[in-house]
Amino acid sequence: MLRLVVRRLLQLIPTLLGLSVLLFLWLNRLPGGPASAILGERATEAEVARINRALGLDQPLHVQYGRFLKRIFELDLGTSTQTGQPVWDEFVLRFPATVELSLAAILIAVAVGIPLGYLAARRRGGWLDVAAVSGSLVGICIPVFFLALLLKGVFAVNLGLFPTFGRLTTGLDATSVTGFAVFDGILTGEFDASWDAIMHLVLPALALSSIPLAVIVRMTRASVLEVLGEDYVRTAESKGLERRTVRGRHILRNALLPVVTAVGLLTGSLLSGAVLTESVFSFGGIGSFIRTAIDARDYPVLVGFIMFIAMVYVLINLLVDLAYSVIDPRVRVH
Amino acid sequence: MPAFKSRAVKVITAAVAVGLVATGCASERDKDGDKGGDKDTFVFGAPGDPGSLDPALASDGETFRVTRQAFEALLEHESGGSELVGGLAEKWSSNPEGTVWTFNLRQGVKFHDGEAFNAAAVCANYEHWFNWKGTYQSSAVSYYWQTIMGGFKANEDKETPKANYKSCTAKDENTAVIEVNEPSANLPGGFSLQALAIHSPKSLEEYAKQDATAKGDAITYPEYSQVAGTVAGTGPYRIMKWNKGNKEVSLERFDDYWGDKAKVKNLVFRTIDTEEGRRQALQAGDIDGYDLVAPADIKTLEGAGFNVPTRDVFNLFYLGMSQEKNPALKKPAVRQAIAHAIDRENLVKTQLPEGGKVATQFMPDTVAGHSDKVKQYPFDTAKAKSLLAGAKEEDLSLDFCYPTEVTRPYMPAPQDLFELMKADLERAGIKLTPKPMKWAPDYLDATEAGSCSLHMLGWTGDFNDGYNFIGTWFAGYDKQWGFKDPKVFAAVKAGSVEADPAKRTELYKKANEAIMEYLPGVPLSSSPPAIAFGKNVNPPNVSPLTQENFAEVSFK
Repeated sequence: MLRLVVRRLLQLIPTLLGLSVLLFLWLNRLPGGPASAILGERATEAEVARINRALGLDQPLHVQYGRFLKRIFELDLGTSTQTGQPVWDEFVLRFPATVELSLAAILIAVAVGIPLGYLAARRRGGWLDVAAVSGSLVGICIPVFFLALLLKGVFAVNLGLFPTFGRLTTGLDATSVTGFAVFDGILTGEFDASWDAIMHLVLPALALSSIPLAVIVRMTRASVLEVLGEDYVRTAESKGLERRTVRGRHILRNALLPVVTAVGLLTGSLLSGAVLTESVFSFGGIGSFIRTAIDARDYPVLVGFIMFIAMVYVLINLLVDLAYSVIDPRVRVH
Repeated sequence: MPAFKSRAVKVITAAVAVGLVATGCASERDKDGDKGGDKDTFVFGAPGDPGSLDPALASDGETFRVTRQAFEALLEHESGGSELVGGLAEKWSSNPEGTVWTFNLRQGVKFHDGEAFNAAAVCANYEHWFNWKGTYQSSAVSYYWQTIMGGFKANEDKETPKANYKSCTAKDENTAVIEVNEPSANLPGGFSLQALAIHSPKSLEEYAKQDATAKGDAITYPEYSQVAGTVAGTGPYRIMKWNKGNKEVSLERFDDYWGDKAKVKNLVFRTIDTEEGRRQALQAGDIDGYDLVAPADIKTLEGAGFNVPTRDVFNLFYLGMSQEKNPALKKPAVRQAIAHAIDRENLVKTQLPEGGKVATQFMPDTVAGHSDKVKQYPFDTAKAKSLLAGAKEEDLSLDFCYPTEVTRPYMPAPQDLFELMKADLERAGIKLTPKPMKWAPDYLDATEAGSCSLHMLGWTGDFNDGYNFIGTWFAGYDKQWGFKDPKVFAAVKAGSVEADPAKRTELYKKANEAIMEYLPGVPLSSSPPAIAFGKNVNPPNVSPLTQENFAEVSFK
């Protein structure tokens, strides 16, 4: 097991190096640079040249890349050209919000998706099955961005049940320990702050959960249907085992294997879905920050973020493999 | 599986317990009614985050909107207008050459940190800026200082402009004298800029400690400018907290303020990135006001009882032409044909909010130097066609760049404005290739580099001087326009070095006439940008320079 972990971690290095080269070339091909974003309408040629020189963007690409690599080894991601603050600090400030949002979304997707998929399979052809299958189709088809706007329009603006934007109500003086607002509130005993954070999370998390929820429902359903037809389930049932045991140990445990893989990968993809959802709700996470970074051609932030996402993907894959071996001991043997 | 079951039960019980406790707390909190409309707190929805809490390092409106409530400059603009009035200086005067500026300072003014305001404090600020080194000399950081005062005591880059600032002397406790080397059109207007607002000497000492740590490579804003605590001005509010994660800057009324005290105790600026998001937040009662209202929303909001005052006109929207990109545009007849082809009346009537005006020159009519004698190019499609024929350009085809996903105070809906002009130009027989682009940086880069034959842009003035408009565009060769005309350049320059305001106004009039005779582009319109407030809000006087003073806000 340890060898697996170490090997996978070592694989990170060439992956990230390759990605960083591609990123540099891609960014270099993009039209425009940060200078005009900084200067706005009054950018003149001379001003742009001066700023590019100050940011080191006038130097050849390999020099810029070399400087970037050197900084990476020093664990320094550079300075954001939008905010003038170290990229690392910006990430630390904003990642908790996005992670919290993504976790809430995946939690909704798993908590609703697995039971729903299971029930749909067990009552195949029934009204619940039809509803789940067609509902999940809608969930996959509707763009997250549109769903976010819809939820906000109905539940926040018209009905006033939820706040329209942000992570916490304006002026609410909550203590920040970890940056995870819900968790911080519990940690410091400020339960009203936790509740406030949850109310702010509901709509964006619902919007963000739509695709993973739909995928999980469909996968669980298909997987359970497959397992239901297996001999061992029939054997278990004919042996007269308790229904709960059959469901838990025989059906769900085996059916969940592919679902676990999917949940892992979906969690990674949520980070990109968060870019639009956070913008709709002005959520203050990394998602809306990246959107403005793209507008401002904030290279250090973009490179740092994409490298980070790549790392998260590799790590999630690793965790998925580990989880797999816990659920299905056969994986460990092979 | 008894172990599994009991664990699950525990987890669910815990979750329910947390939920119940939290719900209890929430209902208590709701009784306090702190959902935006709180009488003690005014929440304003800003389109973007500020960049820094030290306005001297900034050049963007979102930073100034926040810092303006806490920092005051020597001069200000009258509330709701564009005339210069006393700020921290009650009176000011200059020698006839316009090189020695004397300020009689207001007495009994205190900084937020308890320090006294006096002439020494004023000079400490100007000397602080003049002595900037390293990163601070980058125009991305000290844009406004360089625009108004030139360079620094020791310029580190040969392209940094020569210093025009000479010295600041505290003649006595309440008289500060600032000397410059050459007269400049940017004075006295520049003394009113938020970037030259006065900070407490104690803060400056702290700022200076961080000067030395600034590196020349990347532009990193110093820590003091990112965290409330060090910065101290003299304004009606003081900055208490900048919660970046929650995109929120909180200010509190300064009770020792020398002038009229702020009517609302707490002022919060919350960033809401999208225009639609800000409107919805106002409609839902989560905020009490916001800026950059889409013209299409004005009627809806007013109909629902919201206050949507429009500011006086202080901007200019134009159609730019790039002569280097397309040689046909070098022919005066072609440029004139384009000017005649566009129905500006219709553009203003159908696309701009009420109060919008047709522009006859590159300056709104509220600025001294606006001339009644400029050459006019009225809408006349037939004339446009005959001018093109005369220039042998009947088959003229041009690319026309316009920005997407952006709203500017002078340009409310770029795509719609583009469509109108396209139809007008095509009616005159000009073939157009539309080139939509993302505002930043694509569009800004393309227009700055002069790579579009036609483009649309504009400008909102910083202060009431003609050079702030025409000097921005026509002081010399600029790739955006791609022409060299000594007559135009000389006319613009003449005004910028004239110390006597009356003579300067005359020179600007001449400059406007020369520009419109040459016709480098087509000035289109000036429009009044709207700002929205909640139904229960008495709004501040709205400012043509978008310099609202939120101390004037109160709840009904």
